Amino acid sequence: MKCRRCGDAAVIEMRRHNAAFCSGCFLHHAREQVRKTIDDFEMIGPGERVLVAVSGGKDSLGLWDILLDLGIAADGLYLGLGIEGEAGYSRSSGEYARAFASSRQATLLEIDLPGAYGFDVPTGAVAARRAPCSACGLSKRHLFNAAALDGGYDVVATGHNLDDEAAVLFGNVLRWNTEYLGRQLPVLPGREGFARKVKPLVRLAERDMAAYCVLRGIDYIVEECPMAAGNRHLGYKEALNAIEDGSPGAKHAFYFEFLAKASALFQPLAEAERDENLRPCAECGSPTTGEVCAFCALVARATDPDRQEAARVKLGRTRRSRRSAPRGAP
Amino acid sequence: MLVLLRNPRREITVAGPLRVATLLERLGISRESVLVIRGDTLVPGDTVLDDGDTVEVRPVISGGCA
Repeated sequence: MKCRRCGDAAVIEMRRHNAAFCSGCFLHHAREQVRKTIDDFEMIGPGERVLVAVSGGKDSLGLWDILLDLGIAADGLYLGLGIEGEAGYSRSSGEYARAFASSRQATLLEIDLPGAYGFDVPTGAVAARRAPCSACGLSKRHLFNAAALDGGYDVVATGHNLDDEAAVLFGNVLRWNTEYLGRQLPVLPGREGFARKVKPLVRLAERDMAAYCVLRGIDYIVEECPMAAGNRHLGYKEALNAIEDGSPGAKHAFYFEFLAKASALFQPLAEAERDENLRPCAECGSPTTGEVCAFCALVARATDPDRQEAARVKLGRTRRSRRSAPRGAP
Repeated sequence: MLVLLRNPRREITVAGPLRVATLLERLGISRESVLVIRGDTLVPGDTVLDDGDTVEVRPVISGGCA
């Protein structure tokens, strides 16, 4: 198999493009896909500062690497979630994030959820009666946004790739979650209390990002998050990959044709919801429609001593309750 | 050849020569969901793997839905 661009021996095939690339041409292709995405969707303006949501995985580290190579001022923020499992997931993922930052001489900010807010995701999710991925996602959205605003960043960039977006779209279509469909966009504009959020990897598949990291020599956490095993999102990805196997390009068409032909139909619903009366959260000041924002409500439940103890019993943990750390920014 | 698999981490022995695409088909693994790595580089689907090779079949799917 030969590289489509230079004719050398290929190391990766991209069936949806009916192409194969050698290492150097694939890395060029990946960077150009990100550059095109940033330009087409006007994600990042000249001189703007970007905060990359870093997990230690292939997508966020690959994204950070590409943004730096494109000359974009990008710092990283790693959120320690207190997820351990057999492999010490959070500890290990943090080490990969730090090693990458050090290798690129880039700035990595860190927030430790247990240390700063008094709960880890596994215990907090049970205490608050939320699914772990829900508690994790809510914490990430809130804390990355707050850190961007506090740090004077113009943009929060996340490593959501084509497979992520296609799977979310698939789930939203299955249930016709019209409000979610209206805001499933590669760019969410900034507004009062919210930093702009961008997804520069939407043209690259999950496999592309893993290949990018292998070919660039970027070490990342390969093990799956132990909390995510068996979740619905993974099932959607498997279903879409089964379709993609027989019909290369299906995922790309599903997502990009949605953006081109259907997204605008749902946006008025999302805008109506967005324009609901927002007021400052009584606890942290973030915009919310309730008395306190969803994150502060999660913190209150997750750090309630009785709920924490019950959660630990449910999770089979025998250690005594740790005293909750003070709430607030780290 | 020695094949390293993940989630859970394990090793199996498979007789070669064998094309990468055929190996994945025999293992029942979607080509979209993994990379195949020999040494320190990737190998595409038409590469023939020999008995003496050691390859890693690395999953690329991550499940966070945040």
